[in-house]
Amino acid sequence: MSQVIRQSKPYDVCIIGSGAGGGTAAKVLTEGGLSVVMLEAGPVLNPEEDFEEHVWPYELPHRGADVGGRARHELNTEFMAPNGFWEIDGEPYTTAPGSSFRWFRSRIEGGRTNHWGRIALRFGPADFRAHSTDGMGDDWPITYEELAPYYDKVESYIGVFGSKENIPNAPDGVFLPPPRPRCTETLVKKACDQLNITCIPSRLAILTTPLNGRQACHYCAQCGRGCLTASNFSSSQVMIPPAKATGRFTLIANAMARELILGKNGTVEAVSYIDKTTRTEKQVRAKAFVVAASACESARLLLNSRSASFPNGLANSSEVVGRYLTDSVGTHVAGYFPQLEKMPPHNHDGVGGMHLYMPWWKFGQKNDFLRGYHIEFGGGRNMPAVGQFDGLCAQHEGYGVSLKQQCRTSYGAAIGFSGRGEMIPNENCFCEIDPTVVDKWGIPVLRFHWQWGQNELKMAAHMQETFRSIIETAGGTVLTNPSLAVEPERTHVSEVAISDGGTIIHELGTVRMGNDPKASVLNKNCQAHDVKNLFVADAAPFVTNPDKNPTLTIMALSWRTSDYLLDQAKKGEI
Amino acid sequence: MSALSRRDILKSLSMGAAATSALHTIPLQAAAYVHSQVAAEKARNKSGAYTPKFFPPPQYKTLQSLCETIIPADADCAGAVEAGAPEYIDLLTSENPEYQLKLGGGIMWLDSTCADRHGNAYLDCTSQQQKEILDLIAYRKNAEQDPGLSQGVAFFSFLRDLTADGFFTSEIGIQYLGYIGNTYLRDFPGCPPVPGV
Repeated sequence: MSQVIRQSKPYDVCIIGSGAGGGTAAKVLTEGGLSVVMLEAGPVLNPEEDFEEHVWPYELPHRGADVGGRARHELNTEFMAPNGFWEIDGEPYTTAPGSSFRWFRSRIEGGRTNHWGRIALRFGPADFRAHSTDGMGDDWPITYEELAPYYDKVESYIGVFGSKENIPNAPDGVFLPPPRPRCTETLVKKACDQLNITCIPSRLAILTTPLNGRQACHYCAQCGRGCLTASNFSSSQVMIPPAKATGRFTLIANAMARELILGKNGTVEAVSYIDKTTRTEKQVRAKAFVVAASACESARLLLNSRSASFPNGLANSSEVVGRYLTDSVGTHVAGYFPQLEKMPPHNHDGVGGMHLYMPWWKFGQKNDFLRGYHIEFGGGRNMPAVGQFDGLCAQHEGYGVSLKQQCRTSYGAAIGFSGRGEMIPNENCFCEIDPTVVDKWGIPVLRFHWQWGQNELKMAAHMQETFRSIIETAGGTVLTNPSLAVEPERTHVSEVAISDGGTIIHELGTVRMGNDPKASVLNKNCQAHDVKNLFVADAAPFVTNPDKNPTLTIMALSWRTSDYLLDQAKKGEI
Repeated sequence: MSALSRRDILKSLSMGAAATSALHTIPLQAAAYVHSQVAAEKARNKSGAYTPKFFPPPQYKTLQSLCETIIPADADCAGAVEAGAPEYIDLLTSENPEYQLKLGGGIMWLDSTCADRHGNAYLDCTSQQQKEILDLIAYRKNAEQDPGLSQGVAFFSFLRDLTADGFFTSEIGIQYLGYIGNTYLRDFPGCPPVPGV
């Protein structure tokens, strides 16, 4: 660590993080006329070199298994767009005794949006009024109606396919036409129709028609590898380019934010960061700061920014930074469908994700748990991948021509079902600064505490029961070895009856918004109650974690926050 | 990559798709160009036959023999050796100490067991003797009856998984399965009409 280097003229806004929230803020703020500097803890993305789109497994020596076979056991890393890791060398986190929590982090321009499932679901009116609806948790300080115009803006800009359905608490959006269902999806939908489970076109941020200069999807099913034509949404390819085009945008890569520095007037005047390439500490000054480093990383930055005014962390007079941590409830069951053995070879690829899904179909009914979940499913004649035949090999055993033939017969005949459900915040789930551990940059690390509540366990059991009944109704049998149904762009570690905390990668709530400064960190504009030029624009501000994947709401909320910041800047308030 | 970038090629591909009729795949020569570039890069890095990185020559021969026995050539197509499974397994093993124990140690276990039973290493046994030992370690239930086989069963099970990987991710294996895709479509046709689905 050598001398601290400071630039002379402050930027209007400094954004920390380049993912869904940071990218949206960069676009809106620069197009609104402000000068923006963005810190990204990883390198810049170079799709030309970094993406493995359309590469066959046999064109790579590791066939997609990655060095030492690690992609067989963890993550489909070799084909996946650069994106993130469960473990980062030299940047640990810890878990409290008895807590199972895994933290997926990105270190790349665009963050996790380079690979996410592109599931783009609006939260519903009841999701913003959780306490008013069932007495648990808290209401958001904003309503669905206040956020809806921003959902419209985001969807119109990034492109989301879907269908108008009028389903309670699963609002329709601005949709491009959905793709036709695959055979596996047609089969499952028939069973769902019999069971009165709603099964509709999924809502994914993938273009089925050209939009805003981007080309339509060419249906290779490889979204997870990154898309050279940017036909799917990523912050790096869709949000950051327009910010760059304004000429008012500066990206500083390999910059790990360490501390926000409070000025004498009670506002943040600079951020100290580690330049990873030189291992030096530097500072950037700005008039306003938008923290969008991902929910837990943002909480970590605030907790590590201590001062005489804020001994427990910046803007943390409420002491709720790090609290209210939630993830989605996840569980998985796979089925084997003999009728799919007879499918003739055909192109099953489609988009990189499901064409149909099941939104929560029992909203407003009396259930034995609160809130709800949606169902994602996939399988069929995907591009063969490493690990795909582990389950079949374990079942068939032996060797020789009969094993070879059985692999061919069963290829494409499995379908996996995953639930994604709402967790209610509880006091046993939070992150804090570990008192004894720092990372290799000298920055104190997070320690996680985790405990699922009874509601989540009941919900996971209901998911299991539902998946089994769908499989049986569709004429399949439940597979006891779920690796038979490995998905081609597998991103999660294998799930048991209920997922470990963090493994669904929907962790949020750690810097929450609210009207009461004693019980929340941010006001209804995601501006810190305590520090008026500090904003948070990832999923940390969320008050609830509905079953709908968070990314679309991160972008809508960031867009709204950025509009407010622009307005404040125009009025000279910031 | 060469002067023409992968992005340019993909761009021209998608444009071509827009111009032709629905359900039409894009000019294959353009897609083939992308793949030929990759193949050419591979070829430049390769100097003839594969030199094993982990397994010493006798063990590598045993590995090849086992792979071909697990997924043999048949009337439909070639087997695991031609599909490159031994190369794939050797490469991964050279990079992973756990694989080295499981597979390097596993082959030594197999040779010692064959020597105990028949006085020869696996490859020097008769095909009948080889079949006899494989029929024992290819099934979990045999280890339940004879715990002395459990290490062999674990070894063979792992090798079977990796051999399947190596075969079914090869060009030969992908063709054998009948996977059709990894291409450029103007429109996704959905499920073809099939009775029962």
